[in-house]
Amino acid sequence: MAAPDQYQPHASRDDAAEARYHRRAFLVMMVLFIGAPFVVYPVFVMKALCFALFACAFNLLLGFGGLLSFGHAMFLGMAGYAAAHAAKVWGLPPELAILAGSAASTVLGVVVGLLAIRRQGIYFAMITLALAQMVFFFCLQAPFTGGEDGIQSVPRGRFLGFLDLSNTMVLYYVVLAIFTAGFLLIYRIIHSPFGQVLKAIRENEPRAISLGYRTERYKLAAFVLSAGLAGLAGATKALVFQLASLTDVHWSMSGEVVLMTLLGGMGTIFGPVVGAFAIITMENYLAELGSWFTITQGAIFVVCVLAFRRGIIGELEAWLRKRRGG
Amino acid sequence: MKFQRKLLAAAVMALSAGAVHAQISGNVIKIGVLNDQSSLYADLGGQGSVNAVKLAIEDFKAKEKGLTVEVIFADHQNKPDVGSQIARKWIDSEGVDMIIDTPNSGVALAVSEVVREKGKVFINSGAASSDLTGPKCTPNTVHWTYDTWMLANGTGNAIVKTGGDSWFFLTADYAFGHALERDTEAVVLKSGGKVVGKVRHPLNTQDFSSFLLQAQASKAKIIGLANAGGDTINSIKQASEFGIVKGGQNLAGLLVFLTDVHGLGLDKAQGLILTSTYYWDLNDQTRAFNKRFAAVNGGKYSTMVHAGVYAGTTHYLKAIAALKSDDGTKVVAKMKEMPTDDPLFGKGTIRADGRKIHPAYLMEVKKPSESKGPYDYYKVRATIPAEQAFRPLADGNCPLVAKK
Amino acid sequence: MTEIFGVPTQALFGQLLIGLINGSFYALLSLGLAVIFGLLNIINFSHGAQYMMGAFAAYFLLNKLGLNYWWALVLAPLTVGASGMLVERLMLSRLYKLDHLYGLLLTFGLALIIQGIFRHEFGSAGLPYSMPEQLTGGMNLGFMFLPKYRGWVIVASLAVCVATWFVIERTKLGAYLRAATENPTIVQAFGVNVPRMITLTYGFGVGLAGLAGVMAAPIYQVNPLMGADTIIVVFAVVVIGGMGSIMGAIVTGFGLGLVEGLTKVFYPEASNTVIFVIMALVLMVRPQGLFGSR
Repeated sequence: MAAPDQYQPHASRDDAAEARYHRRAFLVMMVLFIGAPFVVYPVFVMKALCFALFACAFNLLLGFGGLLSFGHAMFLGMAGYAAAHAAKVWGLPPELAILAGSAASTVLGVVVGLLAIRRQGIYFAMITLALAQMVFFFCLQAPFTGGEDGIQSVPRGRFLGFLDLSNTMVLYYVVLAIFTAGFLLIYRIIHSPFGQVLKAIRENEPRAISLGYRTERYKLAAFVLSAGLAGLAGATKALVFQLASLTDVHWSMSGEVVLMTLLGGMGTIFGPVVGAFAIITMENYLAELGSWFTITQGAIFVVCVLAFRRGIIGELEAWLRKRRGG
Repeated sequence: MKFQRKLLAAAVMALSAGAVHAQISGNVIKIGVLNDQSSLYADLGGQGSVNAVKLAIEDFKAKEKGLTVEVIFADHQNKPDVGSQIARKWIDSEGVDMIIDTPNSGVALAVSEVVREKGKVFINSGAASSDLTGPKCTPNTVHWTYDTWMLANGTGNAIVKTGGDSWFFLTADYAFGHALERDTEAVVLKSGGKVVGKVRHPLNTQDFSSFLLQAQASKAKIIGLANAGGDTINSIKQASEFGIVKGGQNLAGLLVFLTDVHGLGLDKAQGLILTSTYYWDLNDQTRAFNKRFAAVNGGKYSTMVHAGVYAGTTHYLKAIAALKSDDGTKVVAKMKEMPTDDPLFGKGTIRADGRKIHPAYLMEVKKPSESKGPYDYYKVRATIPAEQAFRPLADGNCPLVAKK
Repeated sequence: MTEIFGVPTQALFGQLLIGLINGSFYALLSLGLAVIFGLLNIINFSHGAQYMMGAFAAYFLLNKLGLNYWWALVLAPLTVGASGMLVERLMLSRLYKLDHLYGLLLTFGLALIIQGIFRHEFGSAGLPYSMPEQLTGGMNLGFMFLPKYRGWVIVASLAVCVATWFVIERTKLGAYLRAATENPTIVQAFGVNVPRMITLTYGFGVGLAGLAGVMAAPIYQVNPLMGADTIIVVFAVVVIGGMGSIMGAIVTGFGLGLVEGLTKVFYPEASNTVIFVIMALVLMVRPQGLFGSR
């Protein structure tokens, strides 16, 4: 899905300006995150960071690959189960458990990706949704996931052998480090030659094919990368909450990540982070109201699609660009 | 310029993201009702449980004893992650001392774990899993009203004794359903019955016709419903559509609440056999409680979960008054030490593993012609004495017991 | 008694018939999706919510206005269809120039709103809706006890499906529709009001969902979330069949109902997933779907 009039061709001067802007924004973001646990309930920020990484991974596929997956919860959830299982049953240390989780979702990404990229557009969305539902039922019935109960009391352990994660502050900065690593990796991917080809495919696939690119492979690679990074978020989340549950594989979670990306601004670097924080904050306040949260989510979807397609960051950037230009 | 905008936007977001609430002083006892407020179990717990807690505080005359008690509640949406997050938030930043009710075994186990970690009190009334006082028992959890072992034992044993000796299980295909089926099957076999077949249906199935046909073809006398909530309601409803009860087979609901029967109507639910530890029409005291309860609960009558919440809160406050402290672990120890006495469950005890012990009743749902008023649904077929109703302490594999 | 793989043939017939009933719902729902997709090129994610609205409409007609099932069968689809047309005019029509995925996102948002509101108002425990008196009870077919109502569902949905197929494939109105699908500009030039046709088509497709909802009400609980999971299965049905033809949607719907019914006998644990597995297989062998043209 092409983000509407997002990327006009830039001159190299603009590229430099953009890189500068990204650097500054990144620094501000880091300062805020480093200071956040002293002001805000740290568990809340950790949750939002996990979702921010999840949304960034999703945005890699939607915003830069033009592929709308409606089943990304399967990667978040499966990685959570795998990491929880690894930490609890196999007794692996947290860093290996997280790696195991990401690996599981990467493998799942290969399988699902091979099937799903056979169709485009709407079909792609429906296929990913249907396959995710299949994964959901699998998780509901498979013995190792604990069904409705999920995998509970997952041990956090010591990260790299010396960071005691039962201390909330230590845990917070480990989560922040994981988020930052994932975020920078995604940034690198987007600005690599691979990322450029991906954008070319998004804009015009037949042309990319005629230029000799094997677009299927690029799309599959983007899908697998996105799945693996979503898995990184899911595995981290499982350790933070010491719980892997069905919520993370349910289709409503797939919808939620679409919403975060759409609200923040798809195809922007910081949009998904802002979108994730906005939605998680909202959830924090509306959770007690039960179904109102669902209604609000739906309303945001409708408003975003009808009137606000660039999202928060997209609108902001467009406004800045206009100011600079005019 | 961009820099400031970004900073501003992010700062606004950070500020709005739930600042830490001030710690409330230890003079206040804060009770959090954590249950399902909007979905499957909202009627059997829900706001009714909040009302039950308020009635208990009122009856305890907390103010006159110099105790300030506050009640808050939240909806866990039947999701373990939501439940444990709320519990964490409540204890960390809102000074909640005790969490009560919490139906849905998955959520209950998650909350029990958080409460143990933080050294507070968890009184469970709504959840079924006997693991709460078994392998996953904690020194901070009391399981009040009922559990899977008691349901399986009560229903299975009594039905076999009254002639229902061949069973077919309709089991929800997940951990809870399997546990219920396993426990009931063991009881049925032990009492001399046999199991002629079973079928596992996916959770939240809309259409049971195929499974019911298989049950019908099995010619079993009893079709045991090892499922819960909407699955139970749908299977009972569709069984009546396929003429199963008319054909001479009986349904045994292993987890059926008063509210389920209310939703089904006597027409469809008649003849159903189930086990309960409380019924509003048991005696004068329960009728008196139910009258007050219904008055504040929009005319809806009390379920055994509500009764457990009331009784649990009462005993908790008694323990605090005796101990003059609200230290969670100590309060639970005190609760286990003191014998319980309340108008709804009578005299009883709380065992070392956290299991509250009281009698259970085998109920049969009345025919429409036998029902004389609103919620007049059950007749008592048998009473299971307290010492037989629950799993023996030694069989539970609770680490707290093993240590002794 | 003859047996197939250890299951008595008689029981098997019973299960096949049951499968056909589920298939009726799949067929009605995927038919509605196919009709909408044909002209609007969007996947209507709120189809499940509109199916639920049909069931609720029947419930209200009975309990508020005292109109019985047979009235509901006519009025509920009309109401739901009208609400759909409103949605199309006010919202969907603004998105036709954009990527089709926006239509999917919009209808997904609408589904969340509709389901949220109904859940807020009525809880998710479900409301009872009793069978029409004429269709209670059942007949003994020898190999099974068939409740009359379920027999009615099969007959009625088959009739609706065939009628829809006939209108679209064999009448002049249908010819306009098919032409507008191919090339709206030319059809517009011939003096056909294409926007109105699109609105009516969306209304019709949504009305079919409403009809399925009314038919489902007496069998299942009238529940705010009754369409939420069903719609995902129907999506898989649509992917398997391909969006190419009306007949394709109907045949796939009934066929997959049968397959699901058989799974419930031989391997009930997989009855939830079997349709998704078939979808994966079809994608490997024939990505465009069984009846898809492209």
